[in-house]
Amino acid sequence: MIKDFEYFAPKTVEEALSLLSQYKEEAKIIAGGQSLLVVMRQGLLALEYLLDVKGISALDYINYDDGDGLRIGALTTHRAIEKSLIIQRHFKVLSEMERNLATVQTRNWGTIGGNLCHGDPAGDPAPVFIALKAKLKLASLGGERIIDVEEFSKDYLEVALEPDEMLVEIQVPTPPPHTGTAYEKLMVMKGDMGIVGAAVSITLSPGDGVCQDARIALSNAASVPLRAGEAERQLIGKVINDDLLAKAGEVASVEADLTADVHGSAEYRREMVKVFVRRAARRALEEARAE
Amino acid sequence: MKGELKELKFTVNGEAYELKVKPKTLLVDLLRKELKLTGTKQGCLTSACGACTVIIDGKAVKSCSILALQANGHEVTTIEGVADGDKLHPIQEAFIEHGAVECGFCTPGRVMSAKALLDENPTPTREEIREVMQSNLCADEGYVKYIEAVEIAAKKMQGGS
Repeated sequence: MIKDFEYFAPKTVEEALSLLSQYKEEAKIIAGGQSLLVVMRQGLLALEYLLDVKGISALDYINYDDGDGLRIGALTTHRAIEKSLIIQRHFKVLSEMERNLATVQTRNWGTIGGNLCHGDPAGDPAPVFIALKAKLKLASLGGERIIDVEEFSKDYLEVALEPDEMLVEIQVPTPPPHTGTAYEKLMVMKGDMGIVGAAVSITLSPGDGVCQDARIALSNAASVPLRAGEAERQLIGKVINDDLLAKAGEVASVEADLTADVHGSAEYRREMVKVFVRRAARRALEEARAE
Repeated sequence: MKGELKELKFTVNGEAYELKVKPKTLLVDLLRKELKLTGTKQGCLTSACGACTVIIDGKAVKSCSILALQANGHEVTTIEGVADGDKLHPIQEAFIEHGAVECGFCTPGRVMSAKALLDENPTPTREEIREVMQSNLCADEGYVKYIEAVEIAAKKMQGGS
């Protein structure tokens, strides 16, 4: 049962920020509410003030240019990202990820910023953004700051927002040439939260095909979206073959901090990290080679 | 003040409403309990089943996972707004004629998902229909007849038989 709260619907970012600076910890932002309302209905969260930012249309945009890369407003819906031709062309992995995120109805109303700020380690966007080296722009009345997506999640459902801050933009740099990125997750049914998932980005040097750079990030494998740095180091500086990908998967499965849940034991989920890192890495590699 | 009523102005099935609403009210509860539009079903209340699907500004959404106040300024369509008076919508006709109804509980949500799809994309592929219709769970028989019914409805709406 949802408890009563006081409701505000600011129409501008400035208005939202001044309400946040006034109410701080007692206020919570709702965007699409596709995660927040579930948590509130479960009685896990009761709050004094709810700031409904869904109507701030200035934060609903997708912009791209080759130099600056991609800029996504925090209140852009999942469906808009999935359907964006710019994103399908330049960041295919994002639109593929969105197609398996929950259901069409949820994607129609839920926002990318809301998803990230919910801080669920099983969320799909965060690991993909980590693999893409994305950054987040956070705003408060005092000004703006920019942080790496991998620095944003602090613990289960906890993110690095100060009480007077809100997320306003996701910034994704244009990947270097010969880069491939893929995301794979284990689902019982399409659209489910991943039992585990892996986002992998691989950059090859054009001449010799050596792996110049690699990023591996896991979903639902720790209390935060987890960057598997040791697994990345298995690949960087080498000519990648299938044995190396299997090795990267194994190392990632050790880096993961897995627990049992209704879908499987920790052992099973560890095996699946191996499988899904390798699967995503294979696709990333193919894409990097094809470029 | 906590729980203080807030003004909600929106349209439902083309009719304009101005109401005072408790902020914690979910859209599905407002539709069913206040407006007595009980065609929209409340299923799981965890955003999983799709029985509460309505259309806001042309997009299918789950009314159990939206605050009523978030519909402020928007156009909501429920199952009650789909037929034209006594004349059923081609999607409803196709569901009936093709036997795509079992117990019926998930049917309103499915019709709304199908309508949002066909309004946006009048000639979807079978794969596109499957992608949308899997967002509405059925506890009885399943999915094949629903998918076929949407294909039939698409043809009807294109002026075919």
